[in-house]
This record gives sequence, structure tokens and C-alpha cells, in this order.
Amino acid sequence: MDPFSLLWLIPVLPLIGAAINGVFGKHLSKTAIAVIASGAVGLSFLISARAFFAMLSVSELPIIRDYFTWIQSGRFQANFGFMLDHLSGLMILIVTGVGFLIHVYSAGYMAHEEGYYRYFAYLNLFVFFMLTLVLANNYLLMFVGWEGVGLCSYLLIGFWFTRKSAADAGKKAFVVNRVGDFGFVLAIIFIFWTFDRIDFAGVFGRLADGSAFPVEQLGNVGVLTVIGLLLFVGAAGKSAQFPLYVWLPDAMEGPTPVSALIHAATMVTAGVYMVARSAAIYNHAPGALLVIAVVGAFTAIFAASIGLVQTDIKKVLAYSTVSQLGYMFLACGAGAYAAGVFHLMTHAFFKALLFLGAGSVIHGMGGLQDIRKMGGLRHQMPWTYRTFLVGTVAIAGIPPLAGFFSKDAVLWGVWNYATYGKILWTVGVIAAAFTSFYMFRLLILTFYGSPRYTHHDVHHVHESPKSMLIPLVVLAILSIVAGWVGIPPVLGGGNQIEHFLSAEAHETASESAGHSTEELLLMAVSTGAALGGLFLAYLFYVARPSLPAALATKAHSMYSIVLNKYYVDELYDAVIVWPVVRTSREFLWKFVDTIVIDGTVNGVGKLVRGSAGALRRMQSGYVRTYAGWIFLGGVAVLAWFLR
Amino acid sequence: MIPISWYLIVGAVLFLIGVLGFFIKRNIIALLLSVEIMLNAVNLTFVAFSSQHGQISGQIFVFFVLVVAAAEAAVGLALVIAMFRNRESLNVDRSNLLKW
Repeated sequence: MDPFSLLWLIPVLPLIGAAINGVFGKHLSKTAIAVIASGAVGLSFLISARAFFAMLSVSELPIIRDYFTWIQSGRFQANFGFMLDHLSGLMILIVTGVGFLIHVYSAGYMAHEEGYYRYFAYLNLFVFFMLTLVLANNYLLMFVGWEGVGLCSYLLIGFWFTRKSAADAGKKAFVVNRVGDFGFVLAIIFIFWTFDRIDFAGVFGRLADGSAFPVEQLGNVGVLTVIGLLLFVGAAGKSAQFPLYVWLPDAMEGPTPVSALIHAATMVTAGVYMVARSAAIYNHAPGALLVIAVVGAFTAIFAASIGLVQTDIKKVLAYSTVSQLGYMFLACGAGAYAAGVFHLMTHAFFKALLFLGAGSVIHGMGGLQDIRKMGGLRHQMPWTYRTFLVGTVAIAGIPPLAGFFSKDAVLWGVWNYATYGKILWTVGVIAAAFTSFYMFRLLILTFYGSPRYTHHDVHHVHESPKSMLIPLVVLAILSIVAGWVGIPPVLGGGNQIEHFLSAEAHETASESAGHSTEELLLMAVSTGAALGGLFLAYLFYVARPSLPAALATKAHSMYSIVLNKYYVDELYDAVIVWPVVRTSREFLWKFVDTIVIDGTVNGVGKLVRGSAGALRRMQSGYVRTYAGWIFLGGVAVLAWFLR
Repeated sequence: MIPISWYLIVGAVLFLIGVLGFFIKRNIIALLLSVEIMLNAVNLTFVAFSSQHGQISGQIFVFFVLVVAAAEAAVGLALVIAMFRNRESLNVDRSNLLKW
């Protein structure tokens, strides 16, 4: 049997799960709901794995399955069809694999929550849209998935919608994403305008055949650069890049497994996927790539610096996610798409692991999230501690865990980037040191030292149930081994991942040959940065615990700027939110609506009533008055004809 | 031969008498009579023109007008009786309830 005949089932299974749980969930037991939801994603994973491994032996890629014509209008055609190649194959494995683990984890984590079925219906629906996004064979269908995951993100951030902060956070995510989606829509319009088609194969095929679309050199802004930049606006919204990152930290109002699945492992990486998918366009638009690299690098260091001082366990991880996404864009911007996707994959594992670990901590602490009130948890929660340690080491970039190899691939790609490569590399290494520092700070404050919580805050600290620990262990193992597919040749590996993705990245041969000493040196520097961060965290929070407070008072103004997240939210409030609200209220509401629109409507009514009030006096009820009017009318008609 | 203008003048005078009667009188029967006078003034005019132009249609119209006038008299007098039973009066100015 054709192993790809079931391709359509991969997204449809979670959709069926969502439908069952959404419609009948109220009448099902919690076990049944969890089994249906996890089972749907698990089956999807099995089908994905089968398709993935079958694909490895197929030489004719991509595999395209067009199911039906979705929109046909003149020359415009959009099909409902899926495309499987190495890039989308990797993505569906990540989405269904990590998704399945998080579904299992959620079964335990959400056990005591109201709206259990609603949660799983949303989660399944999210997986459906995410798979549609990555499997779509044209930009418009990708946009459908793109909007769908945004919707599910909104629904899940506001899952506890009775809490105002959660409802607000959901709205904020939705509104900020709208800015990005606007860019994406414009990009699709430009793509159709330029290429007359929107399917990936067609667009990239036309780009490949040479002279029609020359590479737009730096400073030469043509339509391809515009398309690239508009696509990146979309990516920046979805993937929380500066200046559209503000929704992601607030999105932590949602349940923690949601933060792990949507706001760390999968949805927020959709932007990176889209940029990597559009590599053929970006290779023709170096100007757009430079913008992506600079924004990515800035976001990486900017968010990492905010993460240094956060005190909420999930907020630290949220800023870390923004920072790591910046890393992925930095890689894509430098033209190292494979490195970006590699980092996307390892990040999906270790960041999901860290979020789920944080969820386990929050679960055990009965809802407490402030790391200043934790401490010493490694005794009460040994398995959470062990897996969290693995995740921390992995994200810090200490060999031989996954984060080291992917981060190193990113940095090596950036180093070789012709334009400002060395500067961007320096920024990346500093961000890596920040990352290492805040992650070990988080680890130390949470799991080491003596408990700082009182029994008033927390009643009974306990380790989480097995359904939560098993996903943690699996993700921990993946966080260790996932990097080994990308061991660079200089360390004796084959860097399979780069070769694996080279066709999708439309790359020429790797540049890594002949620079082995240089590459080893850079690796040592980045590892040194990671260890430096570790050492500083040890110094600050174990050896000399008085140091952070002393430093905070000494550099008070700088500390408060960072603590307040550079006042970006306040700036947006002042520059965008406040004027919009004021204009809406004072002008649109109190003037346009109340005076102009209401005035017009009421005025017409008053006019009709007034004139009718005067005219109705003619209806006196006296027969002879009426006769008089008729007579006058007759005279008037006669006069008209006899004039 | 009497010129047509004489017939028309008589018709116009009759019509004016009817109109004036309608405006001046208060008795509803007088009003109905005034209407009859106006109708017959019109009839006279029709017949005069019919004779002048040598066409029969004017005279046919007169028959229709007579039929309508008869029907009007029948319905009108029935209404007069109903009104008198209700109000013990034939004064039209006392029947003015149907108004704004």
C-alpha cells in the first residue's frame, strides 16, 4: 500500500478528536476524554512516523497530494493539498510527537480543572491546525492553519476566562498577531501578483528558472525583498519577534501544558518554519535576510536580558522562548536555514521539557509561581528536578546535550554570514551567556538551597503523578540525544540534519569545510560563555547570595529598567493603546456616534414627526372641508390644463 | 339652431349652483341633492358636446353617470337613515369624529 495515502488522516484525526470532545465531551468521563484526545494525536504520530520513514527512501521529493480545488477564480487557484518533504516531515514529527506527550501530561495536570473536555477539544483543534499549517502545499492553506493556531492560542490563553488577566492576555495575543497576519496576507497577494500562483512548488519552480527573477542585491529593494519582509512581518507576529513579542510573556496566563505546546514548542516556531519554507524567495532577497538576522539577534539578546531578572518561573521561560526564537531567526537570516530548523527541533524538546517541569513544580506547589518563594524542591520532587536539570543544561548549550549542537550550528552559520556576521555572532554568544545565567538561576532558586515558602503559602509539596513524569522523562531523553543528528564534521559527526534539509533550504554546498580550527575555537568560546553563565549563577545565588541585591541597588536605574521590561508595554500603551482608546471614546463615540450618526437618525425622525403633525391638521373630519380641498384640487388641475 | 355655448353656460351655472349648495347647506339631504345637480350639469355638457361633434360616446357616458348617480343616491340615503338613527340630526357638521 502507498504509505502516503493516509497523509490526509494526520491532521484529520485530531480534528475528529476535537469534534468528539467538543460535542459530546460533557457527557464523557475524564478518562474517556483524555484517551480520545491523546489517542487521536498518538495515531497521528504513528502515521506521521510511517510516512516520514517511507519518505526517506523516496527520491522524488516533495510528495504532493492535491485533494480538491478549494478556490478557483480566473487565473487564481488554491488547492486543498498537502506537501511532504524533509522539512514538513520533520515538523509533523515534532508537532505530533511533542503534542502527544503534552496531551498525556495534560491528562494529569488538568485533572482537577473545570472544563476538562473543553481543554482537550481546543488542544486537539490546535494540533489539527498546526498540522495543516506545516503540511499545506500553498501559502493560502498555510494561512488557514496559521489563523487556526492563532485562534486556538487565543482560546487556550483565555482558558480561565473568568480571570480578567487571562482574558486580557488572550485578547492581547490576538490583536498583536493581527498585525503580523496583515503582513502575511499582503505577502500572499504580492506572491500571486508576482508569480501568478501561490503553491510552493510553482512559486519556487518559477524562481529557480533563472533570469526572470535575479537576486536583488543589498540596497536594491525589489518585489522579492518586499515579499520577504512582509512574510517576516507575519513571522514576527506569530513567532514573537521584536517589536511584536509583547503578547508571548502575557500568554503565560494559560495552562502550563499549553505554554509548553503552543507557546514554546510548536505554534511560535511556525514563523521560523515559514521563513525556512520560503528559503527560495529569501535567497533572492538578501536585504530581507539581513533584516531578519538583525531583528533575530536583537530579539535574542533583548529578551534574554529581560529574562535575567524575572521572578515568575513561567515568565523566565517565556522570555527565554522569545530569545531562542530570535536565535532561530538569526540563523535563517544568515542563510543557515537548516541550523535554524535544527534549533527549532531541539528547542521544541528542551523548552517543552522545561515548561512541563515548571508545570510540575507549579502543580506540586499548589499554584505558586514565584521562584523567590521556592527552593529546595529537589528533595520533594526528585524526578521533576532531574529532568529539569537536563533541560537546563541542554538549553544552556553545554555539550554533549542537544542545545549545544543546535546553538553551535546557528552560531557557525552566523559567523560565516558575509554581512555583519562577526557582530551578530558576538551578540549571539552574549545572548547564550545570558541564557545560561538565567536558566541556572532558575534551577538554583527553584530546586536548591533551603525552602523559602511557608506552610501558609503551600500546604503539601508533592511529586507529580506518573502521567506527568513519563512525558518529562521522554522529553529529557530527547533533549539529550536530539542534538546528535547534527554533530558537525569537525567533531567527527556527519551533520546529517543539514544534508537532510539542504534541498528545502535551496542551499549550495556547506561552507564548513576547511575551517576546522576556527570552528573548534568558536565552539570553545560559546561553551565558555555557557559555563561563564553557569559560574555567575552559582556565584550569585549559591556562593554569595547577598550579591544580587547589592548589585541591584548599586546599578539601580538600569536594574529597574530591565525589571520593568524596558517599559515596552508602557510605551505601547502610551503610543498606541492610549491614543486609540481616546480617539475611539472622545471622537468616534462621543462625536461621530452620538452626535453625527444618532443626530442624523433622530433628526430624520423628528422632521417627519413635525411635518406630519402640521399636515394632519388638514384632516378636520368636516365633510365640507374635504369637499373644499377636492374643489381646489379640481380648479388647480383645470388651471394647469387651461394655462 | 341654439349655439353650443348656451348649453355650456347653462351647464356651468348649474355646476356652480351645485358647488355652492354643497358648501352652504348643512343638511345632508341637501348635500346629496347638490351632488345630483353637479352630476346633471356634467351630463348636460356631455350631451352638448356629443351633439356638436356628432359622436355617440358622450351620450353613453351620460348613461353611466345616471347609473352611478342612482347607486349613489341609494347608498347615500341608506347612510342618511343610519346617521339619523344614531344622532337624531341631519347636520353634517356634527359628524366630525373621523379625524386626526
